Amino acid sequence: MKILVCISHVPDTTSKINFSEGDTKFDTNGVQFIINPNDEYGLTRAMWFKEKQGATVDVVNVGGPETEPTLRKALALGADGAIRVNTPALDGFAVAEQLAKVVKDGAYDLVIAGRESIDYNGGMVPGMLAGLTDANFVNTCISLEIDGTNAKAIREIDGGKETVTTALPLVIGAQKGLVEESDLRIPNMRGIMMARKKPLTVLEPIEASTETVSVKFEKPTPKGAVTLVSPDNLDELVQLLHTEAKVI
Amino acid sequence: MKPDLFEAPDYYNLDDLLTEEHKLVRNAARSWVKREVSPIIEDYAQKGAFPKHIIGGLADIGAFGPYIPEAYGGAGLDQISYGLIMQEIERGDSGIRSTASVQSSLVMYPIWKYGTEAQRKKYLPKLASGEWMGCFGLTEPDYGSNPSGMTTHFKDMGDHYLLNGAKMWISNAPFAQIAVVWAKDETGRIHGLIVERGMDGFSTPETHNKWSLRASATGELIFNNVKIPKDHILPNKSGLSAPLGCLDSARYGIAWGAIGAAMDCYDTALRYSKERMQFGKPIGQFQLQQKKLAEMITEITKAQLLTWRLGVLKNENKATSAQISMAKRNNVEMAITIAREARQILGAMGISGEYSIMRHAMNLESVITYEGTHDIHLLITGLDITGFNAFK
Ligand SMILES: Cc1cc2nc3c(=O)[nH]c(=O)nc-3n(C[C@H](O)[C@H](O)[C@H](O)COP(=O)(O)OP(=O)(O)OC[C@H]3O[C@@H](n4cnc5c(N)ncnc54)[C@H](O)[C@@H]3O)c2cc1C
Repeated sequence: MKILVCISHVPDTTSKINFSEGDTKFDTNGVQFIINPNDEYGLTRAMWFKEKQGATVDVVNVGGPETEPTLRKALALGADGAIRVNTPALDGFAVAEQLAKVVKDGAYDLVIAGRESIDYNGGMVPGMLAGLTDANFVNTCISLEIDGTNAKAIREIDGGKETVTTALPLVIGAQKGLVEESDLRIPNMRGIMMARKKPLTVLEPIEASTETVSVKFEKPTPKGAVTLVSPDNLDELVQLLHTEAKVI
Repeated sequence: MKPDLFEAPDYYNLDDLLTEEHKLVRNAARSWVKREVSPIIEDYAQKGAFPKHIIGGLADIGAFGPYIPEAYGGAGLDQISYGLIMQEIERGDSGIRSTASVQSSLVMYPIWKYGTEAQRKKYLPKLASGEWMGCFGLTEPDYGSNPSGMTTHFKDMGDHYLLNGAKMWISNAPFAQIAVVWAKDETGRIHGLIVERGMDGFSTPETHNKWSLRASATGELIFNNVKIPKDHILPNKSGLSAPLGCLDSARYGIAWGAIGAAMDCYDTALRYSKERMQFGKPIGQFQLQQKKLAEMITEITKAQLLTWRLGVLKNENKATSAQISMAKRNNVEMAITIAREARQILGAMGISGEYSIMRHAMNLESVITYEGTHDIHLLITGLDITGFNAFK
């Protein structure tokens, strides 16, 4: 079985988010990048298929050279090879088109992408990729087993779970639950050393159309100052809720 | 113990000076410490026990001889990677870092540099994987800062050496399988010998009741007519410069490690100062607390720069012993000062085991003494710049 895991290179969850160029660009200054957590759950499950069922696992990213450390980490975690499609990730459709080319050329049986990336939270790529490659699609996937060309997956649905059976070729949108947080691995030294020798192939992009353009970013309005009211002063509290907060 | 929320300070974007691989190695060690060390370390320190179960994990992140070539089971990494691993481990605890420093710089390093090919093949892979742990015996009850006076000695008995004497304050001694021991031959010249646990006449009693490095095991090495096979001597270097060469490597790692302890104290105090309310405000709004925090980050940033530069020199094989002494001395004092100030920012909470600061502060009392005391490193700088030896 050939597995391709799509890896987004996203800011660490503790990063301070700022925008530059008149709030049109994300300011990467001083920001640490990590493997998108949903992708990491997927990669960890892929490693299980590699170790238990002899699958080969490649990872792919659509992005500039700055994303290579993230791919190298995926190699250190055990992926066999990495591919970077050398173009900025402009919108979900353009990324899905680039990935579709990689999936078709590599004849992958199973494609694991994160349900969404934690930076722009578009959540579109896995579905569009399944469409573009004529594959089956299971989103919000929290369990996956493969037997030959048959797949059994569990999806998280509002307030419950749904078990589905389907067949390869398959794209899944991975999330927490596919493996648990405690199953996530830390690259060990042997993995880091082996990653030095593994291939990281840079592919030039195909012509792809962007369908959306980012115009402006805004941060949520900061929380206002807290006014402390003494418990003995209920009248003042009611007054403030009425005149300042205007909630009663 | 509170959950470990550590965020590493990097005020001058020094990460830009690191390679992709440095960051991969550093971040792996950082994640591992958060996951495996932080949740258990307070308990082990309080009990006064070394957490042996983490030895395999330490080996996995490359804490044992990361710069030893791959052919001998090491990772073949550069000196900055070694430093970064030490920094991250000491961010967790100086005692755990001590175990890693001893294994890497005081046991693997001399076997690699001064040993025979057979010795390298026999010991290094097992030491790199943590299957065997080692210790380093230089200090004696009557000879600490002045190791050249040591009395531990060995006699050539024809087909073996006979070793007698005692070492004191030896990290890892209580559980180590092997000891690299420095002893004088009949002419008074210092040599390194590999002593294995189980040799007749060799014992390693543990030193109890330390108030510092409580999660690191310390002990004595006692040699009572121990027969040492002749192929256990390290043949390629002798004299005091042999153990001092190991100390250079370990002190270099300590210079990085101390930054880790300081970063943890600073980060904890900074977070606390934003959350702790007194007089209706977070204490971080008071100028006195800001002064402490601002000075901490300034000192940490200076130490990071100093140490990164030392790492570059070390990679180029150009770092002098005196330069290493300066960094060890500066950084450990910087860390101990920050630990004490950070402890005060936390008020009474600062003395509690809920936070790491008091443990760091106590640990650093050993770190400022071992591997050359604070005074001795100053004398090394003094000698280097004036040419006058003020040791005796
Ligand atoms: C927890 C711990 C672990 C250790 N692990 C090891 C280990 O693994 N292996 C090992 O070999 N050793 C180890 N040591 C020993 C350590 O290296 C020594 O304690 C250190 O070298 C100082 O020696 P000392 O304690 O005998 O102090 P002393 O040398 O007696 O020094 C006492 C004081 O006198 C000062 N002093 C000494 N000489 C001079 C001078 N010429 N001028 C001015 N001041 C001077 C010193 O700075 C110090 O303040 C460890 C120590 C500790 C605390």
